[in-house]
Order: sequence, then C-alpha cells, then structure tokens
Amino acid sequence: MAQIPPFEVSIRCSEFAVREGLRQIIGALGPLELDKEEAGTVELVLAEALNNIVEHAHSAQHPNGCIEILCWHKVDGLHLQISDRGKEMSSHTPALGKRAPLDVSLDALPEGGFGWFLIHDLAKDILYQRVNSENRLSMRLAVGLDFPCDC
Amino acid sequence: MQLSKQTEDALCIVSVQEERIDAAVALAFKDAMRAQTDGCKDIVVLDLSEVQFIDSSGLGAIVSAMKNLGVERKMALAGLNPTVERVFHLTRMDTVFSVFTTVDGALAELQH
Repeated sequence: MAQIPPFEVSIRCSEFAVREGLRQIIGALGPLELDKEEAGTVELVLAEALNNIVEHAHSAQHPNGCIEILCWHKVDGLHLQISDRGKEMSSHTPALGKRAPLDVSLDALPEGGFGWFLIHDLAKDILYQRVNSENRLSMRLAVGLDFPCDC
Repeated sequence: MQLSKQTEDALCIVSVQEERIDAAVALAFKDAMRAQTDGCKDIVVLDLSEVQFIDSSGLGAIVSAMKNLGVERKMALAGLNPTVERVFHLTRMDTVFSVFTTVDGALAELQH
C-alpha cells in the first residue's frame, strides 16, 4: 500500500464548506486505495465531527471561525486531529452517543443524536482536549491497514 | 433539493435526484418531502438509488419525513447503496423502516 505524507485541510464553518473539506480529504487519501466501506467510514465520521462543530461550537459570536483537520496515516490506521476555536465542549468529554430507543411511538422516534453514536461506533482512541482557547478532537480510524487486524 | 414523484394506485414513489442528503440540505429535503408527499395516500416509497451518501442529519430528515406522514400512511425505503444502508444499519433505523433493495421489489411487495 502506498504511503501518504501527513496533510492538513482548513475549512470555513458552514455545512457546505464541510462538504468541500470531505471531498478534499477523500481525494488526498486516494493513494491508500481504501475500499468503499473504509472510504465511507472516513467520510461519515468526519462529516459527523465537522457538522457537530459547525452546529454547536460556532455560534454567532464566531462568524469567521474555521476548522482545521490534520490527517496522517500509520500502520494502525488513519489518525485525525480536528481543531477549532469555537465554544468549549460543555462536558469536557465527547458525548457518549447512546443509541436512542426505537420501540416507541412514531412521534417519539429520534430525529437526531445519531452523530456521536456513529463516531464512537466507528472511531477508536477518541480524545477531546481544550488547549488554550482551542478545541482539539483526535481519533483513529482502523482503515488502510496493511494487515487487517482488530487493532 | 430535487425530488421527483410518480403515483401508482395508492403508492407514491418519491425519487431523490441528489447524490447527498447531508447537513447542508437536510432542511431543504424535509421541506421538499413535505411538498411532494402532500397528496400521497397510503404508502410512500422513498427511492434513494441516486444517493451516494447520507449523514446523521440526512437520516434525521428522512425520519422526520416519515413522522410527517402520520400513523395513517407508511414510508418504505428502496435502492439503498451499501454506504447508505450502513448508516441505517448502524443506528438500527433499518428496523423502523421497510427497506427494499430496489423500487421494483418494493412495488411488487407493497402493491398487494
């Protein structure tokens, strides 16, 4: 498998900028020749993490805020570090993202809250830190492994 | 948000003519679905065969569209590609909707 050098992508804080950022990152990962499921995992986890920042960390007082995504690939998978200068995550830890009960009436079915659940389900080594006035969320995705393993 | 609609007896087939249902278009999708399903009778088949990617906001918008149909009308999903199907599977939302591989398969099953 080809190696790729670490790279960084910066985006504005909007949902359409998230789309563009995902396109850039998936493009830059081309040499890893990820299969469709792996590429889908990267795109979904990043979409959830980035849209969460756009929605929650950046309210009106940070209109020009931006997000930086640092990516590097190692033998144990793809490492991501996502930084922004928006609001601090309220609990200092990523939401646990519990699965909502689905055996409920139609009206009570959840329309949200899936994002953190998907991140926790698909990513490993998830760490949130507040460093100075920056939010830093790092994680690892077990994709692009030379020898697929449960690591 | 481009949606198209066909009606076959009591079935409405609403086809999403977009590659993505994500946070950028979730609200537009909900509005467009509300308009398209307004006159639909018993069952709405949501044809997702053109859709390459959905995120949790897109999933939430589809759930919202189903809730908007009320208890009298049902929504079924058809034509999910593996990436899209996985989002439904991971969140177990595939237990809430009837999911069909193809629109034709959905019609064959639901028209009886």
